[in-house]
Amino acid sequence: MSTAAVALPGSAARRRGARARRVLVPVLGMLAVLGYWELHIRLFRVPEFLIPAPSRVVQAMFEEWPALQRNTGATLIESLGGFVLGNGIAILLAVLFVHNKPTERALYPIAVAIRTVPIIAIAPILVLLFGNGYTPKIIIAALISFFPTLVNMVRGLEAVEPSALELMRVLSASPAQVFWKLRVPSSLPFLFSALKIAATSCVIGAIVSEWIGADTGLGYLITIATFEFRTGLLYSAMVVGSLMALAQFGAVVLAERLIVRWKPPTTSTT
Amino acid sequence: MGAAGAIEVDGVSMHFATPSGSIQALDNVSLSVRPREFVALLGPSGCGKSTLLRLVSDVLTPTAGSIRVANTTPELARKSRAFGFVFQDPTLLAWRSAISNVLLPLEISGGSRDDAARARGLLELVGLKDFEASYPWQLSGGMRQRVSIARSLITEPQLLLMDEPFGALDEITRERMNAELLRIWQATRTTILFVTHSSPEAVFLSDRVVVLTARPGRVKLDLPIDLARPRDPAMKETVEFARYTAALRRALSTEETDLL
Repeated sequence: MSTAAVALPGSAARRRGARARRVLVPVLGMLAVLGYWELHIRLFRVPEFLIPAPSRVVQAMFEEWPALQRNTGATLIESLGGFVLGNGIAILLAVLFVHNKPTERALYPIAVAIRTVPIIAIAPILVLLFGNGYTPKIIIAALISFFPTLVNMVRGLEAVEPSALELMRVLSASPAQVFWKLRVPSSLPFLFSALKIAATSCVIGAIVSEWIGADTGLGYLITIATFEFRTGLLYSAMVVGSLMALAQFGAVVLAERLIVRWKPPTTSTT
Repeated sequence: MGAAGAIEVDGVSMHFATPSGSIQALDNVSLSVRPREFVALLGPSGCGKSTLLRLVSDVLTPTAGSIRVANTTPELARKSRAFGFVFQDPTLLAWRSAISNVLLPLEISGGSRDDAARARGLLELVGLKDFEASYPWQLSGGMRQRVSIARSLITEPQLLLMDEPFGALDEITRERMNAELLRIWQATRTTILFVTHSSPEAVFLSDRVVVLTARPGRVKLDLPIDLARPRDPAMKETVEFARYTAALRRALSTEETDLL
């Protein structure tokens, strides 16, 4: 995006300096925590099966790489599948709700009810129903991303200025034109803030559902590693899961930057 | 009467149903605007002048009375794009660049090929030649309102309905926009019905000022403004100008004492 055309000479350099500082400070903070962690474990000889040092985690990551890779793939499929399914249904339902109030009144309480049931409680039921495969995990990842998107999308589609609707009326726009030219674009910022939530929570949904019954996936790996006191593997599974969530979050932020280009640059930072 | 571009409002009343009962916004209002005429609707806030504009533009339907716009019903006039509407708020779509906002009415009606060139011409007419790619957030309030005026002109309407278009602007920008509007009016030869609550603005712009009373709105005064055109802002310091604004002020202030 082209930033303000009135930028003063030298302000670009200053901005770059500010950005470097913005990155540097959190990185330093992170390194300090890791450094302290490493030092503490070594100084006080904390047994590895309790807490491994960061260096041990990195080492375990290299050693267990094939297992990590295989199981990460499974969790990635589940979380992405759930992300697409859950958000897809949420978006379609939101469109339906906005155009048909009775449907909203009929289905909204059910959506809220589904939301209130703990995921941990639904997981065993779904495993019983669908077995050990991807299906129950995808459904759980979908359930966990579904609700925020539904709520935000409904809000976004309705967040249209009354004067903009009057404008469409004066221009004799058809309902389809009002939808595509007005409601959809104005809902996008709302949709993306929901998708950012879903991008990370669907990973949690996938991992949690793997605890209940699975023979592959990061959640499965976490269970095995815990029972066998392989803390290095446990921690590296955790790190990989977190990186996966971060990558999905980053992908959504990137998509938002590419699609929602009409916002001032200051408000589009997340 | 009857030539294209005119408005005929005949005995129009408007009631709104609210939870606390019916509110009468307009009572037996009659008004006619000749082709190419610039008429200002002046009145205190809540006098129903915006309502009248929404009746003419077929956003609302009157409870009683009849309205003819461009020799037809408001609904058909709206569907045949006989009028453009400028809102108090520019109501630009935030995700569209200036030129894309100007093109919106044509996109909705299914436009032709040379549209972009025409939109560019209109942006030039409103003094935004170099801003066609700018998004609304990058434009000032006055610039946004110019874009919305260009948008209202893209369908080449015979008639322009303007609802306090400069009400949210500062005094200096407003004066400049008034002069620009007169220039645009002269260039496009449209009929304009202009709602405002500023007497100097009404006198400076119009051929005729129609004063509405408040709650319910009735026509209180229909004052022809016989000031020479083209008008110059310096005209505001003349005695004639002061006489017109004084007459309007009197009409508006007796109105207020009626309320008290």
